[in-house]
Amino acid sequence: MYSKKVMDHFKNPRNTGEIEDADGIGEVGNPICGDIMKITIKVKDDRIEDIKFKTFGCAAAIATSSMITEIAKGKTLEEAKEISKKDVSCALDGLPPIKEHCSNLASEGLRKAIDDYLMKKKD
Amino acid sequence: MTDRRTIYLDNSATTQVHPEVIDTIQPYLSEKYGNPSSIYHKGREAKEAVEDARKKVADLINAEPEEIIFTGSGTEGNNMALKGIAFANKNRGKHIITTKIEHKSILNSAGWLERNGFDVTYLNVDENGTIDIEQLKKEIRSDTILVSVMFANNEVGTIQPIEEIKDILKNKNIYLHTDAVQTAGKFDLDVKELGIDLLTLSGHKMHATKGIGALYIKKGTKIEPFLHGGGQERNLRSGTENVPEIVGMGKAAEIAKKDLEKNRIHLKKLEKKLKEDIFRKIPELILNGHPEKRLPGNLNISFKYIEGESVVLMLDEKDICVSTGSACTSNSLKPSYVLTAMKKDPVFMHGSIRFSIGAFNTEEDIDTITKTLPEIIKSLRAISPLYNKD
Repeated sequence: MYSKKVMDHFKNPRNTGEIEDADGIGEVGNPICGDIMKITIKVKDDRIEDIKFKTFGCAAAIATSSMITEIAKGKTLEEAKEISKKDVSCALDGLPPIKEHCSNLASEGLRKAIDDYLMKKKD
Repeated sequence: MTDRRTIYLDNSATTQVHPEVIDTIQPYLSEKYGNPSSIYHKGREAKEAVEDARKKVADLINAEPEEIIFTGSGTEGNNMALKGIAFANKNRGKHIITTKIEHKSILNSAGWLERNGFDVTYLNVDENGTIDIEQLKKEIRSDTILVSVMFANNEVGTIQPIEEIKDILKNKNIYLHTDAVQTAGKFDLDVKELGIDLLTLSGHKMHATKGIGALYIKKGTKIEPFLHGGGQERNLRSGTENVPEIVGMGKAAEIAKKDLEKNRIHLKKLEKKLKEDIFRKIPELILNGHPEKRLPGNLNISFKYIEGESVVLMLDEKDICVSTGSACTSNSLKPSYVLTAMKKDPVFMHGSIRFSIGAFNTEEDIDTITKTLPEIIKSLRAISPLYNKD
């Protein structure tokens, strides 16, 4: 049911954990729906220098979080904000239709982390 | 006997076909191909085999052979019990009582009946998954025609108080149906003693094949058939009999009866070992279902902070088969409706795993699982935002 890439990212998730002195934090989902993602980023010269995730959820939720951290790392904030759910699911060679929302959650989580950084920067 | 590479601990989803069942079926796939309705010897040979199987299934539940109807599945048996009783008795009343934690084949049949003019009450369950007996007493009406309560729940294993229900229904002219698909071969099912009017069985849950089931219908029960045709199965289920699988189900029933005590002890022993080892090795988990009144071999455990599907897939990598909730609903994203009815904390609901032990499992199987599982739980908790301990 899952592609090889999804299984690879699920079994060997990249960039797991939490950045302690994170510049931006994005948390999405809730326990009732069964998925929670927390993305933390470190920003330098408007680029995502480091990114880590923690996810409570199914294999697809873990794989999409892992994949988005891989795509976003090193990108400028502008570029990272443009990462769509389609980019994530394509990079994973697709997701089962019932799990498409996971990729949405991942891109939403990343955008929230970036917005959080920009908000903090303003203050 | 089993494929040693795979450890199969999902016997509530299906079971391995017993080798003796396979041997028994074999000739009915080749030389014994007659139609039981034919009067010449080839037909008589098939007819005798079907009737012999019917007797064996009847013996398993202490019924009379003529009270057993062969069906195509447990789902068909449950559909027939609900819809057949509803339509045959609708002039007497249109109210049916069932529970919130039945198998989908009961819940969706009940929903269909509601859309067709019947009235259905769904009983609540407590945190252990046991139905509310007091609520049952209150919900019985003068137009109630049927009460359908599963013998043991397929997800959490809780055994329902069927005898108490029987006492409540006494002299009330209300039929009692029980879905005993998960129970056959694990309990001494005596329909006479239990006062049951209809009881559903499924072949593949008791080491027979998929595509065969049986429905016990007590003599004198008013029930409407849904497959009309040549009048097979006492006019209740027309269609040429599935002779090979009927014969296989007969054999499986015979084995289940013969090995009942042995199997019960075996399942209980492995269940106890699995439970004790898991609880000793892994912190922060809960047992779902009734602590004592449960199906032998069923263990439904919620691991806090993680999601069940991840555990299933990680175990699959190690060739271990278990499930989240029930196999029939695992395509749904919603938490289990059974755990929801038991009002479990959502964090726990998503992390539930059902281990269901079968006759072919061994102590080594349990050891392999309890060696593998703690690392998997630890690695998933390590990346869970809900888990804050190192």
